[in-house]
Amino acid sequence: MSTNNIPRVEVRNISKYFGNVIALSDVSMAVRAGEVMCLLGDNGAGKSTLIKTLSGVHQQSEGQYFVEGEEVRFNSPRDALNRGIATVYQDLAMIPLMSISRNFFLGSEPTKGIGPLKRFDIAFANRVAHEEMAKMGIDIRDPSQPVGTLSGGERQSVAIARAVYFGAKTLILDEPTAALGVKQAGTVLRYIAQARARGLAVVFITHNPHHAYAVGDRFTILKRGRTFGTFTKEELSREEMVRMMSGADELDALTHELQEFEHTDQLKAEGKLSETEQQLSDKLG
Amino acid sequence: MATTTAAQKDERMAQTGLITRLLRSPELGALAGAIVVWVFFAVVAPNAWFSLRGTATYLEVAASLGIIAVPVALLMIGGEFDLSVGSMVGLSGAIMAILASVMGMPLWVGALVALVVALFVGWLNGIMVVKTGLPSFIITLGSLFIIRGLTIGVTRLITGRTQIGSLDDMPGFTMMRYIFAVDIPVMGANVSISVLWWLLIGAVAAWVLLRTQVGNWIFGAGGAAQAARQVGVPVNRLKIALFMTTATAAWLLATIQVITVKSMDTLRGEQLEFQAIIAAVVGGNLLTGGYGSAIGAVLGALIIGMVRQGVVFAGVSADWFQVFMGGMLILAVLINNYIRKRAEAARR
Ligand SMILES: Nc1ncnc2c1ncn2[C@@H]1O[C@H](COP(=O)(O)OP(=O)(O)OP(=O)(O)O)[C@@H](O)[C@H]1O
Ligand SMILES: [Mg+2]
Repeated sequence: MSTNNIPRVEVRNISKYFGNVIALSDVSMAVRAGEVMCLLGDNGAGKSTLIKTLSGVHQQSEGQYFVEGEEVRFNSPRDALNRGIATVYQDLAMIPLMSISRNFFLGSEPTKGIGPLKRFDIAFANRVAHEEMAKMGIDIRDPSQPVGTLSGGERQSVAIARAVYFGAKTLILDEPTAALGVKQAGTVLRYIAQARARGLAVVFITHNPHHAYAVGDRFTILKRGRTFGTFTKEELSREEMVRMMSGADELDALTHELQEFEHTDQLKAEGKLSETEQQLSDKLG
Repeated sequence: MATTTAAQKDERMAQTGLITRLLRSPELGALAGAIVVWVFFAVVAPNAWFSLRGTATYLEVAASLGIIAVPVALLMIGGEFDLSVGSMVGLSGAIMAILASVMGMPLWVGALVALVVALFVGWLNGIMVVKTGLPSFIITLGSLFIIRGLTIGVTRLITGRTQIGSLDDMPGFTMMRYIFAVDIPVMGANVSISVLWWLLIGAVAAWVLLRTQVGNWIFGAGGAAQAARQVGVPVNRLKIALFMTTATAAWLLATIQVITVKSMDTLRGEQLEFQAIIAAVVGGNLLTGGYGSAIGAVLGALIIGMVRQGVVFAGVSADWFQVFMGGMLILAVLINNYIRKRAEAARR
């Protein structure tokens, strides 16, 4: 799928310590253009720490970081943005009380006029926000409405649309589907596939193996700050992936536990849900 | 092609409805409140209220609060408080008066030195808040007491008193008067130039907030500092600049007061920080940051100024003014919360 062999973003043997806490230890990983790399792992595995290093929020304690083959060391998220690395965060992607267009352009406001009359070009911001959202199939009636009035999936989509609009070449998504319902997660997954088709390199963090399998090309699995390695879709079946993500023993224990609840209504509902998710991911995959 | 898209979009925007957009504007409550208060005193004390002199008086009272309340509102939208503004009014006045009367410097030199000190104290407040990550409420509560205590202590040490008078005898007074304290005749009434300062500050602040890049950063920094930081907003520098702005406003008010009453009192500006916060909140600014309006703060100061002077015109004891302020604050917070919930949750 890739046209270029030099990875857009690559880390070699990086470690990250927070005082005594070893959040990452000797992790290597690379993402190429037109590829979705899924970063998988349990809570506290170090996924967020890894992508915060990629996006300039943290600096690695050890190891090397390359962007398009060139070694870099970022001091701020701005540095990473300037190299085309945009990140959409788990929970704080948007500011709810600000309008859609103000959120869309926060930090990179379009201006017109010169000197003391230099001002925020709101008409332009409203128009672009409206157009970019329309391209994603989300029809916002009024770009000056607060982001808080959007659904969770729409909010994530605004953040992704923003990154793409600002010329991101590498898109990093930290659990964008975590808080979303099936349908809204589908919207976000579709947009990830679209970003890949446009030639972006995507790093996608998720806890949901179905979401990962639906859009992922390669999978890097982290556990307690270490990597299990990177696998392609051919090398890793969905079942294997689920096992690796949760740990085989834990999964067996869980299966046993769940069997005891087999006849409750709750499980029925959950069973239905994962069936729908399965269908959805099959469609997208 | 381009025009049809624009026309189509405008049509869609109009469908959002004037009511929805009005309800979404933070200063709506303050506007309604200002009208109610104005009508109330027009009925209770019509003679003084309808006279130009009466109007000029309550505008001046509102101005001396509004000059502080507007920058305090910007800072509040940016997610921080400044409780030290009142004590900084006392400090700036003291520096100016001591340099003039004890050291014999022209008043304008004293004013410039006071400005530099105010900017430094504002910077220090900002640095302490962003570096420690402690609530600015606590940091500036500390600076409030430190600054007030230092002002009184040092003034007493140097002059043996806490007040300095006859400043109109000092060199440079006349020039300063034209900038900070002259009365402008308007149809027979004298309107203080401080009213112009207040409206100018309100207009500039509203423009910065709604129409500039920095304004967008202020909303972002107060709405979710971390999210703003991650898209490249220099949140720390912005907050420091906002603290320096409130300090500058305190200096401006101090200068206006010193030149107007021709004397300095180290206790000047006491409780001003609370009144400024009340004016900002009455103007629809959220205590939690990220939402609000400079025009709202102008209106909030107007409401408080009208009541303070209206109570005098109506011949009621001024004690009732405090009761009103407290009640107004609580009512405003209730209304703000309601408006915010609408803004956050109202589906299109
Ligand atoms: N700023 C920090 N200071 C100290 N420890 C930290 C810091 N950030 C992360 N850690 C620790 O590093 C480890 C990895 O955390 P990280 O947030 O990267 O996990 P994660 O894989 O993103 O988990 P989740 O799936 O829950 O989001 C955790 O043990 C966490 O407590
Ligand atoms: Mg995480």
